[in-house]
Amino acid sequence: MDKNKSLTDVKMHYCTGCGHSVIHRIVCDVIDELGVREKVVAVAPVGCAVIAYEYWNFDVTEAAHGRCPAVATGIKRVLPENIVFTYQGDGDLAAIGTSEIIHAANRGEKITVIFVNNGVYGMTGGQMAPTTMVGQRTATSHKGRDITRDGFPLKISEMISILDGVKYVERTAVHNKEGISRTKEAIKKAFNVQLNNEGFSMVEVVSLCPVYGAKSIKEAYQRIDDTVTKVYPLGVLKG
Amino acid sequence: MKEEILCAGYGGQGIMVMGRVLAYAAMNSGYHVTWMPSYGAEVRGGTAHSMVRVHSNSIASPAVRYPTSCIVMNKPSLLKFSKRVKSHGLLLIDSSKISDGEIKQAVVGLNNICVKKAPFTEIAMSLGEKKVANMVTVGAFNKVKKLFSIKELIKAVSFILRDKDELITINEKAILHGYNMEI
Amino acid sequence: MTKAKKILITGNEACGEGAVKAGCRFYAGYPITPQNELTAYMSRRMLEENGVFIQSESELAAVSMIFGASLAGARVMTTSSSPGISLKQEGISYLAGCQLPAVIVNIMRGGPGLGNIAPSQADYFQSTKGGGHGDYYMVVLAPHNAQEMFDFTYEAFDIADKYRNPVMILSDGALGQMMEPAFVDRKDKAKGRKQKNWILNGCKARKPRVIRSLYLKDGELEARNKDLQKKFDKMRKDEVKFERYKTNDAKLIMVAYGTSARIARSCCDELRKKGKAAGLFRPISLWPFPYKQLESLDKGKTKFLVIEMSAGQMVEDVNLAIQDRKRVYFHGRMGGGIPDEKDIINLANRILK
Repeated sequence: MDKNKSLTDVKMHYCTGCGHSVIHRIVCDVIDELGVREKVVAVAPVGCAVIAYEYWNFDVTEAAHGRCPAVATGIKRVLPENIVFTYQGDGDLAAIGTSEIIHAANRGEKITVIFVNNGVYGMTGGQMAPTTMVGQRTATSHKGRDITRDGFPLKISEMISILDGVKYVERTAVHNKEGISRTKEAIKKAFNVQLNNEGFSMVEVVSLCPVYGAKSIKEAYQRIDDTVTKVYPLGVLKG
Repeated sequence: MKEEILCAGYGGQGIMVMGRVLAYAAMNSGYHVTWMPSYGAEVRGGTAHSMVRVHSNSIASPAVRYPTSCIVMNKPSLLKFSKRVKSHGLLLIDSSKISDGEIKQAVVGLNNICVKKAPFTEIAMSLGEKKVANMVTVGAFNKVKKLFSIKELIKAVSFILRDKDELITINEKAILHGYNMEI
Repeated sequence: MTKAKKILITGNEACGEGAVKAGCRFYAGYPITPQNELTAYMSRRMLEENGVFIQSESELAAVSMIFGASLAGARVMTTSSSPGISLKQEGISYLAGCQLPAVIVNIMRGGPGLGNIAPSQADYFQSTKGGGHGDYYMVVLAPHNAQEMFDFTYEAFDIADKYRNPVMILSDGALGQMMEPAFVDRKDKAKGRKQKNWILNGCKARKPRVIRSLYLKDGELEARNKDLQKKFDKMRKDEVKFERYKTNDAKLIMVAYGTSARIARSCCDELRKKGKAAGLFRPISLWPFPYKQLESLDKGKTKFLVIEMSAGQMVEDVNLAIQDRKRVYFHGRMGGGIPDEKDIINLANRILK
């Protein structure tokens, strides 16, 4: 029996109130509950979670920005018995890596994707993401996201969910207790889809950045209820 | 030996295979040999060509711009390549769909080259398979140039078609027919 | 045991078979002329050998797929031609940074931009001077016939594993598409290979491993780079390969690789027939470049003629080897042009006058 925990003792570098700390814990709890830590090979993204491997007590590799699903494809095809997941932000997955996520999903790669959508680029200093709300001010949308210039928030999970290779897609949020427990269930389901060799699984976790895009953590939480979940409704999109 | 062969025609006439049969026969006869196809975009629009070099010594570039032997299986190829044949070289033409007048016009002013023609496609049809015009031509070409033994040519074609047993007999027959015809 | 028979094979397919025999069981690639035969060949062979073949959505994805497969322990290859290799530079830098073995094949075509699909050697700088970002090098091998397409690819996998670094086969459209006789049978290395002791395959009975090129702590990345440089120095020492042809008494030494070397060699023979003392120095490892070996051929008055299918890229390395640049001459063709023997012989005669 594996007595080691998936989360290390290293103090996380994330800002107070950052969704990554919560989501890391959820992912690690699920891995521990499923007892698969020793089978996991994870792919860390470029973005705020770039050093996730400091906190994860299992095998982790990095990937070039956006390429996590392609790297995960390579790993999983060589090691079909292992559990392979990517952990990606909205810039990584929905902007620079759009091609990789769509095609990995469409090939029905038997990997799990944890997609953390906080609507902004945190690592680089609060620039606009593809998922930034219309009107939301960022370092690169000074007067707010303008649809005539910047287009609309990209609904990537909806896009993914219509693909035949995809088994399970759900969108959850971590801004309240209920959301956190729902997120855990969804991530567990996603890993089980992989364990059962059923196909591609993805959980989009609506998260928040406590530093960029909102005056306070409270405002950021409020926006998730008021706006974000209206544009990105929570629930099972497929499976 | 320094033979530089260019085979040209429509895509679907077996131009690549033609070159490969000659290349295999050359290899098995102990020569240095290279075979190269014409490039993708050049193939679009109908004409294709393959280039074969057969040397006693090692071969530099595999490309053949000025052939010592040029085999043309259609009119566009005749017009494109006839002027490039080297002095004392051979121009072998499938005259099935080209009139004598057109051929005369294409080779006017070409001195010191040997022009031979025969309706290879029509001959192949009389053998029951239009697609073996390329092999009739290879047989006839070898009769004129006497590069390889007929045995090597037959061996080459049966090797290339080893996965397509049903085609071997008719292709061998075509080579032999070309080799034995008057040209 | 029966002796292996020579077969007539395209350079592209010989390269593919070299990979298969070396134990490559993971291939990802995207179609591009003039290397399509190679991708198609790997598609067929991976099926036959129970390997993995993926036609990726892009070159970026292909190189990232082999990155993933390599860190999972497989012998991996991706192949492309010039514009596609530009896209792969991202992944090549990551492979080098993460110390992952991989074989990358470039069947060069005319550039810049979309260029054309005719043979070229204009990616020499990109391949040998680090096409991607950061301080890295990789062994770059330049075959000049179908046999070497097979042999060098076969050997590239061992070099990649030895140094945990990508290795490039730098070839061109002529060598890729032409058929030539070659022996393509060597010991199949897929069997009995020991599992690598650094891969990620789940942390059962060991500590978790991390594969990364990211080093944020003060001084950490510089130390990492110093380690990498030690590795590159070892390659410089141990991986130099070259061929000399009639150079002993040569007054004019041509320097050329790949298709250009074939042409140069034939020119040397022609010149020798006329009593001109011409020879050929053929770098096989373009990186590490055989500087010392070339320099040792310089007898003080020796003339050097560099022949390339580019505007003159390798000539810069020849200039580093030969101190007196006045004795280094260059002849190049660009945009898919193949050097003409007559032009080279004329130039050689003028130089020797």
